[in-house]
Order: sequence, then structure tokens, then C-alpha cells
Amino acid sequence: MFGYYCRLGLRSLKRNMVLTALMIAAIAVGIGACMTTLTVFRAMSGDPIPQKSSRLFSVQIDNWGPDKHAGGGADHLEFQLSYIDAMGLMRARAAKHQSAMYATRLPLRPADARQKPTKVFVRAAFTDFFPMFDVPFKFGAPWSASDDEARAAVVVLTKDTNDRLFGGANSVGKTIRLDNEPYTITGVLDDWRLLPRFYDITLRPFGDGDAIFLPFNRAIDKHMGNVGSTQCNGDADPGWEGRLKSDCVWLQFWAELPGEIDVQKYRAFLDNYAAEQQKIGRFHWPPHTQLRDVMQWLQYMKIVPSEVRILILVSFGFLLVCLMNAMGLMLAKIMGRAADIGVRRALGASRKAIFGQCLIETSMIGLAGGLFGLLLTAAGLWAARSLLTKEFVALAHLDWADTGITVLLAVSATVLAGLYPTWRAAHVQPAWQLKTR
Amino acid sequence: MELVPILSAMRRNKVGAIIIVVQMAVTLAILCNALFIIEQRIAWSERPTGADERNVFVIINQWVGDPTNLPALLQADLAGLRALPGVIDAFASNSFLLSNGGWSYGVDLMPDQKESTAQAARYFTDEHGLQSLGLKLIAGRNFNADEIADLFGVNDQTPAVSVIITKALAEKLFPGKSALGQSVWIANHAANIIGIVDRLQVPWVDPSVAKFSDYSILEPFRYVASGLYYIVRTQPGQLEAVLKAAEKELFDLNRERVLGKSRSLTEARVEAYKDDRGLAVILGVVCAALLVITAFGIVGLTSYWVAQRRRQIGIRRALGATRHAIVRYFQTENLLIAGAGAAIGVALALSLNLWMVNAFAMQRLHGSYPLVGAIVVLILGQAAVLWPALKAASIPPELATRAA
Repeated sequence: MFGYYCRLGLRSLKRNMVLTALMIAAIAVGIGACMTTLTVFRAMSGDPIPQKSSRLFSVQIDNWGPDKHAGGGADHLEFQLSYIDAMGLMRARAAKHQSAMYATRLPLRPADARQKPTKVFVRAAFTDFFPMFDVPFKFGAPWSASDDEARAAVVVLTKDTNDRLFGGANSVGKTIRLDNEPYTITGVLDDWRLLPRFYDITLRPFGDGDAIFLPFNRAIDKHMGNVGSTQCNGDADPGWEGRLKSDCVWLQFWAELPGEIDVQKYRAFLDNYAAEQQKIGRFHWPPHTQLRDVMQWLQYMKIVPSEVRILILVSFGFLLVCLMNAMGLMLAKIMGRAADIGVRRALGASRKAIFGQCLIETSMIGLAGGLFGLLLTAAGLWAARSLLTKEFVALAHLDWADTGITVLLAVSATVLAGLYPTWRAAHVQPAWQLKTR
Repeated sequence: MELVPILSAMRRNKVGAIIIVVQMAVTLAILCNALFIIEQRIAWSERPTGADERNVFVIINQWVGDPTNLPALLQADLAGLRALPGVIDAFASNSFLLSNGGWSYGVDLMPDQKESTAQAARYFTDEHGLQSLGLKLIAGRNFNADEIADLFGVNDQTPAVSVIITKALAEKLFPGKSALGQSVWIANHAANIIGIVDRLQVPWVDPSVAKFSDYSILEPFRYVASGLYYIVRTQPGQLEAVLKAAEKELFDLNRERVLGKSRSLTEARVEAYKDDRGLAVILGVVCAALLVITAFGIVGLTSYWVAQRRRQIGIRRALGATRHAIVRYFQTENLLIAGAGAAIGVALALSLNLWMVNAFAMQRLHGSYPLVGAIVVLILGQAAVLWPALKAASIPPELATRAA
């Protein structure tokens, strides 16, 4: 029966090619617009580290007090930490893994001395950074905790950097020159991309990331200035020492807390820390601290630009118009065939049978619309990539999930839009149709 | 008028009419808001910076190692750049226009002020800054060479004693009176306003800085840091040649440096506002597609109605209705439907905008947008209905006499 209905549907669609084409086009355009924006949105709001995003926490401590406040959120918390607080938390080591971190940019001298040096993004972090974020290694290993203590001149390269400098060979033990100082390579990462780079979203969270990692204490010793956001709340003493002693916030701090109990313990620890700072007279206000896991953090930092949300809204409105359009055309088409349906009803076809057959016909339109919509989505993404900066669309591509969603959305939306015309078709009065014939 | 028969015919075709009403309403709502966003983004991306953009370029310089004689290196670079043929002037700074990265602070009118009077961007410059950017000094004077001090990097907090500010900031700080000679407080240090420039934008381009987008302060410092920007103004039409010569000159002076991607301010502008323009283009295309689709929807449904009522139209014609009357019938019908769609659409447009005002801190929709949108939708309906209406008018009266 199903095959017969499909054949009937095809025949009916073929009878009025213009109308059929218009319907399919309307649905395809609507679906294409929607899926383009939805794909961008899905890619931007995805979980960058699904296996442990609920166990990684960004730490916030109010070190400015309720009177002073920079750009941050309405909760009067800065989104980064001062050096004093970051070091306080590092010394306590109250989490399974923890690391203060910041980004800097340094000139990297190629092995060939005749070539000009290039500027690269370097991340200063503690060795916990690597196990905490499940960073995969291709060669070697992270530097050791004693390297952290000893402020050792060691680095970890990303795969891209290693490919560029050493042609992808095992470079562990070799040295590179950063800002004219030699650094020994302890490890090379395997492919590792976080989208978005949640641990420091002040720096192009969807763009190219850190190329080299080195020990945090080493970076501090060498006065490596940070790139990204720095916010100060008043007078700080001049120079690097002044920066370290100030309440300027410029460091990211992440902690891994495996269980609910660990989270509660860490919250208590943070409040204790802040209370202690209040006791020694540094804070003049009650403890105000916060822990947010990766997804909460991305939401808090409003990682998805409002442009994307506006476009989603517009595109779904657009889909609605397209569906209304298809619905009108379907109504016209089905009612134009009222006489046929009347004859079939008179010959014994039940309402259910008519309904089923029309449903199959609309599904076929939806399916065709979905397939063309898929093409339009690919075209839309291509257009978006050329019109918008990388920050928006570098990561947006059609995967199997998107493809499935597209076709499913097209078919279900079309069937939904076709319900009323189909219902009307099923309620054609056979006697009346036959009489007017 | 023939409203009564139109309304009673419509009552028999409720769903078709509702479909068109919904399409028109949603189209109108999206159209208004999209056009509003487009207009705002374009206006935002075309604001003048105050500089002679066409003839200014920026070189991003980073020294390698930790050179001990930075001030001397900087002086040599600047002298070299200024001596190049085709260069009007050059200076070094911590930030540049349209770069989307820079420094800002709160500006106060008295010491220990709790809430700053204004947020402002900081640009460091020597006595060559005004000429290098082509800024227009509208009051006071430029810095003198002997006022310029060295400022060593990000962590040097030396306060400025004298500053030049923008007109917009002067009006914000001292509304209704002259700011010249007044003192402002920056991080609890007083600075004397010695000059006012007509316009100098902050380096950030995100709409979130709209509140202070023209509040800038020039401070009399030579920015001596390992990473800095050289800003060079050339004779008209010579920018590209001079840019190449300038990069070569710098490497000839000293190879121990990394140069970032040099760019003219014109290129910087294109880059800075790419997303704003992209959004405007995408929304424009969506609007055009919406209008086309809605028009097709109207054509389709009206054609269907015409086909459905062929016999009735034939009878009307036989009873003496002119072709003109038939066309007018469908036009009036469409006007009623489009009118309902426009009314609902205006309400929808306003509530959509209200929601966006809350959710995205957008501006309130200007009243003219729904009005223009409604007119566009009504015209669209009339244009779309014309073809099916003419087809209906061509139905011959004899049809009434034939059996269906």
C-alpha cells in the first residue's frame, strides 16, 4: 500500500510541476536559512570538553569590594583573578588539579638564523594544566612539578608549532629560542582544539590559539606581559613588582573538582580564603566568591554573540513565512483535486486512506525541500564564511547531526504545515463532488 | 463599496486569508527590525574616526630580546620613518584607531570620586601625534617637545600632567563651559587640559562602547615598550609605496624585531566592521527573499481563489459587472487582508523590537519603520494580486451559461 501511495503522490506532484517546484523551493529556502544559522549557533554553543566539562571550574573572588566594579557581570565579580589571589589558591592546592594561567606573545626565533623571527602566542601555566584539560601528547610529556618550582626554561609545543619548526619530527630534548632565551622542549601535543577555548575567552575564543606553553613562574620571573584583558581598580605601584602586588585582575584560574563533595569543599575553602583576607585587612567586605563549570562559564561570559541569536530569530521567522507559503500552495493543490478525491472516496477509499496518501505526498515534498535545503545550507555557510570574520564561522560545518536535523526539520515542518490541507482533503464530500461533475 | 460580498466570500475561505495575514505580519515584523538593524550597523561602521584615514598606516613593531637601549632605538626608528620621502609625520603609540584593542580609564572631576564621570581611551603621543593622524585642533595648543616624557611599558603608571582631549569628552566633563585650562583627575592625579581636538575615536569598535566611543585622551608620552605601534601619515596617494619603504627602513635600522601585519586605517576599518557589514548584507538578502516569497504566496493563493470562483465570476460578468469591477474586487479583498496583516505585523514588529531591546540591549525601533514597512507590505500585496486579478477579469461572461 505504501509503495502505491508513493507512486500516487509522485504522479500527483508531477501533474503540476510549477506548483510542486514552488512548494519545494519555499521549503528549501526556509530550511536553508534556518539551518545555516542553527549550524553556526550549534558550533558556537557546543561543549568544548564534553567528557569533563562539569568537573572543571573557573574561580572568581571579589577582591575589589562592592563599591568598585569594572565591566564584569551584574554579580559584582571580576572574571579574572589578581596575582595575589591566584598564588594564594595555588599554594593551598585544595583541588585535584588547578592552574593559574595567562597568555603572552613572544618573538620566536627560527632555527635558521637568517630568517626573521615571528611572534607567537605563549601560554604560561602550571603543569596541572595538561592533565586537567585532558591534553593529548604526541611526544614526551608535560614538564614536572619541580620544573614549576624551579622556574625551569622548558616548553611544550603544539603539534602545529612542532610541524612548523621541526617538520613534525620528535623534538623532545631540543631547544627553541623565545625572546632570545633557550628553552628545552619536554613534550609535543597531539591534535588538540578546544572550540571555544573556554579557559581564556578574552583572546579570540574561536580563533587560532596558544602555540607554546611554558611554566607560569618562569613567565612571571621574566616579566612576560600579558595579552588579553587587564583591569585595575586604582593606584598600583609602578613596574612589574607593582603589578604583582596590585589588585589588578589579569589571570585565569581553573580547578578540577571530580565530585559534588569536592565542589562543596572547594566553595567552603574559597569562602575561608576570602574571610582570611578580610581578617588580615585586605578585603573590607564579607566573602564573595563563585565557581562555575565550563558550560555555566561560557553562558556567563556570553560566548555566543548576540548577532547569531538575532539571525536565528530572523531565520525562524523566515521559515514560518516559507511554511505558511507552502501550506497555502498545498491547500490550493489539494483542493484543486477535490474531484479526484471525491471519486476515490465514492469508490470506497476511507478517510484514513485519503489522509494517509496526502500525508505521504506532503512528506515527499518535505523530503525534497530538505534535500535542496541541505544544499542551500552548505551555500549559506559558505556565504557566511566569506561575509563574517573567523570568530563567527570558522568552526561551522555541516556534520551528520546537522544533516539529520535538516532533513527531519524539513519533513516534520512540511507535514505539520500540510496537516490542515490534508485534513480538508480527507473531508471532501464524495456525493457533492460527484454531483458537480 | 462591495465590502459585504467580499467579507462573506472570505468567511468561506478563512484559512487561506489567515495564511496570507500571518505571512504578511511576520514579513512586516522581520522587515522592520532587519532594516532597523541594517541602518544602525551601517551608521555605526561609517562613523568618522577623526583621522585622515586614507593616508595613515600602522606598523606593529615588537623588539626581540629585552633591548636595554629601547629609548634610543625608538628615537632612531622615528627619525628614520619621518625622514622617508612621502611621509608627512610619524609617532609611536600604545594603541591605534580601529584596532579594537587599547587602554581605558575612568576620568574624574575631583580626587577620590566614587563613580567616574566618564570612561575614556588613552593614546600616548609626542608632539607629532596630531599631525601624524591629521587631527583637527579646535582649541588650545599641541604638546611642546619639552613636555614629552618616556613611558616604559604597561606597568609604568607615571601620571600625565597635561592632556589633550576630544570635544565630545570636553562637553561630557564640562557641559556648557570651556574645558580648556580645567583640570581632570585620572587615578587620583590632576592633569591640565591644554588642547581640544574635534574628534578622535576610541580604538574599540564593538557597539557596546557606544556610550564613550568619542571620549579619548592624548597623553604626552613617548611609549617606550617592547611592543608598540608606529603610526605614519603619508602624502596623498603614496601610502602603499611608503608602507613598503617604511618596513624596509625599520629592518635596515635593526633586524632584531618582528613586524606584525602592517595596514592602512582604511584596511583596518574594513576588518574592524566586517561582521557589522556581513550582518547587514545577510539581513538584506533575507528581507529581499521574504518579500519575494510572500509575493509568490499571494499570487498562488489568489490564483487558486480565482480558479475556484471561475463560475461565479462568469455569472457576475454576465449580470453586467465590468472587467474593472472584477479587478477591483480582488484588489479590495487583498487590501483588507493586507491591512489586517499590516496591523498585526506592526504590533509584532514592535514587540519583537521590545524583546530585542531587553535581550540584546538594542535601541528602540523608530516609529517610521513600522509605518514604512506597512506601506511596503500593502504595495507588495497590491502588486502581487494584480496578475491573478487580471486573469479573473478575462474570464468570459459566457462561462456562466455553460455547465461546469
